[in-house]
Amino acid sequence: MSDAATAPQTRPEQDYLQHLAQGRFMIQRSRSSGAYVFYPRVAEPRTGATDLEWVPASGEGTVYATTVMRQRAPTPSYNLALIDLAEGPRMMSRVENIAPDAVRIGMKVRARISREGDTPIVVFDPAE
Amino acid sequence: MSDGFPRGQTAIVGAATHGIGEAPGFDSIDLAAHASVKALKQAGLTPGDVDALFIGLPQDYLSGLSFSEYLGIQPKITDNNRTGGSAFLTHVFWAATALATGQCNVALIAYGSNQRSASGKLVSSLKLPFFEGLYKPLMPVGAYALATSRHMHQYGTTREQLAAVAVSARQWAQRNPEAFMRDDLSIADVLNARMVADPLGVRDCCLVTDGAAAIVMTRADRAPDHAAKPAYVLGAAAATTHMNISAMADLTVTAAAQSGPRAFAQAGYAPKDIDVVELYDAFTINTLLFLEDLGFCPKGEGGRFVEGGRIAPGGALPVNTNGGGLSCVHPGMYGLFTVVEAVEQLRGTAGDRQVAGAKLALAHGNGGVLSSQVTAILGTRETL
Repeated sequence: MSDAATAPQTRPEQDYLQHLAQGRFMIQRSRSSGAYVFYPRVAEPRTGATDLEWVPASGEGTVYATTVMRQRAPTPSYNLALIDLAEGPRMMSRVENIAPDAVRIGMKVRARISREGDTPIVVFDPAE
Repeated sequence: MSDGFPRGQTAIVGAATHGIGEAPGFDSIDLAAHASVKALKQAGLTPGDVDALFIGLPQDYLSGLSFSEYLGIQPKITDNNRTGGSAFLTHVFWAATALATGQCNVALIAYGSNQRSASGKLVSSLKLPFFEGLYKPLMPVGAYALATSRHMHQYGTTREQLAAVAVSARQWAQRNPEAFMRDDLSIADVLNARMVADPLGVRDCCLVTDGAAAIVMTRADRAPDHAAKPAYVLGAAAATTHMNISAMADLTVTAAAQSGPRAFAQAGYAPKDIDVVELYDAFTINTLLFLEDLGFCPKGEGGRFVEGGRIAPGGALPVNTNGGGLSCVHPGMYGLFTVVEAVEQLRGTAGDRQVAGAKLALAHGNGGVLSSQVTAILGTRETL
């Protein structure tokens, strides 16, 4: 199999954001190893396998670490968190629909596609 | 020893700082040049003697070339690597290796930054990729705050324990006339300071200053010609785990857990042998993480370890005796200042903050967001 056949024109950032713009939170998975990959890239870390395909993320996650980016009033402070996805990879995001300082490590969260200006982004809400 | 590092075959024979605090009217390269000629002069050398140059300037990606030209030299070795604030400790490793194998005779390692006078804020070279940047993290503090949240969660570390790191650093700074912040600081002051990124307040964060540092290295056989008390390089080792904080596997364990044991094995010493410790304290959590990862206390015990003034003046383990990045100087990349202070302590020139009889020192650099860790172990002649 040629590289072109196994990884047809993958453009990591563009494809990721395009999927989001179409309402789909997609992450990558290696066909050969079965391991999930995030952030998007052209080769699997360590193995170098270029057989990464886009698959839907379950959207289920757990807060691994959390902080509050403090702003000077009247700008509201906001949450910054690292989320462990159910599939394994970790991503930076923020937890919304809860006070930014009430987010707790270990909290179950669920992904939602929001927007940052013109760019679609994945944020999380408390799952319980 | 264990891995072929040229233990004790090279030494630091000059070490100087310049412009710590505020140095208006000078570019970063000017400050680096001031520190360099001072360090060379200590060793009875001039820029013309330098045949290996190691440097990192904040906004100059070709600073190896710029600084060679500025000094009027044509080095055999020109290194301008960018592992963040740890770069200068990687330079110690490479300089020791190059000197010991006869690739050069006089190595200059230099750094300078005018970030305070130029911009008034921490100049970060971190360019965030889309998968982090879209969430508007304040960097680098956001990354260190996330690591702190994790350490508190897993080990019960408290803000008071973190504050003890800042207070200890300030007490050392009060003994260092060069230090930028020397007014009294209490645990309560640290806890009540403006929050920046929970749980870190502004007094948990390093300073924003100008400043420059430089060291000069030669082979050990020539060192006594250049310095009354050379600081011999007994070990130096580096390790890298990630670039972005979202890619760090365990936010409570840094690559210092790899670099430290390797450097100790090279040196043939253990943490209990070290007289003075200089750690890159960009944030209070750094000191805890590095004390743990380098083996001065068990993992998770850093908070309890620093209570009761243990790392402050008069404590059992002197840490960051110049006042550190928290209270002495932080021009953006602090790493080389850990080495200069270690040398000051080993040659007995540290004045009111001198650790009596210091023979073995550890200098540790951190780069990125806990990404690159480099450990160097230096000693006096008796430790060879």
